[in-house]
Amino acid sequence: MSAAPLIRLNDIHKSLGGKEILRGISLDVARGEVLCVIGPSGSGKSTLIRCINFLEIPDRGTIEFDGCVVRPDQPLDAHRARVGMVFQRFNLFPHLSVLDNITLAPTRVLGLESGRATKRARELLDRVGLSDREASWPGELSGGQQQRVAIARALAMEPQAMLFDEVTSALDPELVGEVLAVMKGLAREGMTMLVVTHQMKFAKEVGHRVVFLEGGRVAEEGRPAEILEAPKTERLREFLGHFA
Amino acid sequence: MELNPYFEFIPSALANTALLTVSALSVGVALGLVVGLARIGPVGWLRAGAAVYVEVIRAVPLFVQILYLYYGVGYLIRKIYVPSPFVSATVAFGICYAAYIAEIFRAGFQSLDRGQAEAARALGMTRRQAMRHVLLPQAFRNILPALGNEGVALLKDTSLASVVAISELTQVGGALTNKLYKPFEVWTIIALCYLALTLPLSWAVRKLEARLRVRGAAHPA
Repeated sequence: MSAAPLIRLNDIHKSLGGKEILRGISLDVARGEVLCVIGPSGSGKSTLIRCINFLEIPDRGTIEFDGCVVRPDQPLDAHRARVGMVFQRFNLFPHLSVLDNITLAPTRVLGLESGRATKRARELLDRVGLSDREASWPGELSGGQQQRVAIARALAMEPQAMLFDEVTSALDPELVGEVLAVMKGLAREGMTMLVVTHQMKFAKEVGHRVVFLEGGRVAEEGRPAEILEAPKTERLREFLGHFA
Repeated sequence: MELNPYFEFIPSALANTALLTVSALSVGVALGLVVGLARIGPVGWLRAGAAVYVEVIRAVPLFVQILYLYYGVGYLIRKIYVPSPFVSATVAFGICYAAYIAEIFRAGFQSLDRGQAEAARALGMTRRQAMRHVLLPQAFRNILPALGNEGVALLKDTSLASVVAISELTQVGGALTNKLYKPFEVWTIIALCYLALTLPLSWAVRKLEARLRVRGAAHPA
């Protein structure tokens, strides 16, 4: 990991519907780092990572990416194109085949020629273990398969970082493993990842660092072993108690 | 009833009705999409303008709109441009149906899962690209049955175009009645002609709808 962080959040504030969700969050994410974000519901985890690709525009504070401040008054498409995002509810495009889901953005946004986009999509499908499903429609796939396609779709843009927003929360328990396995593989290859998750085992095994959010602030952060096994605050102890 | 030479007019009347329907529906769908997008778009004055358009058009009878455009507006602009009855009627039907179709498009877009737009934007697509490649195809599928119904309604409404002397089915029916004094026969044939157009159209819409449903097989999540 080089010294300069890939992502730097400075004092991010965000209110939604009159309620202050984020109350001044500052956070660095190094290149190749896997940062897991945990916390009770409503603590601002999702809002936080949605601010990083500006699906939510912060009310205050700055976000630097790769050394440059991203300005929300400028077109954000180029910034979003280099940050992949995977959603809790997959959000695959139901009117497109699996292959077309993956090639759409590379051809339209990056201007990739269709043959090359298809080749790249097939490599990614192979990597997420779905080579045989390229002609399927999203509605024909299980939740776990859909989520793996969603990961492939994000990776097809060759992003510099990936955001995962509770990507296993909508899945049946027996389908969680296949999605986490793909994420583990990504982490091993050195992808910079921000992972909002309730999978404490994943955070412990794969995360380099864990951040515990509470009430829109960073309540605790540190190495997974410290945070998850020796929590300092009562609130984190109580939160982790739900997963024991 | 012996086959009267006057009935040679029927095929061209059928064709005119079909042509008027297709051209007016094209105008209505295109304009309706624009107005529908304006109604849900980010620009305040466009939203307001689109809302006024929809309200006003829906509050005036179509029959009056056809007369207004052909005789009223036609008179006003007679020195610059004299539209044919066909062009004038196409525009009148298009403007009127666009108001209804705009509401259908609006509902179609609003029924889409928010996650679809977010996923598209998160991949770096511009608003326009997200609309064109992700939202519009899905909205269009959702509203296809409703659009088909508008098409059928429009086809029947084209009978109003007889008032500006377009030789469509109803106008020809009136002319034949005057010539032949066989109102029952003539209007039976005219009614059957409308059925011959509307029934296959309804059927085709249902067929298309079923096919799209199977291919999509699904729901976004």
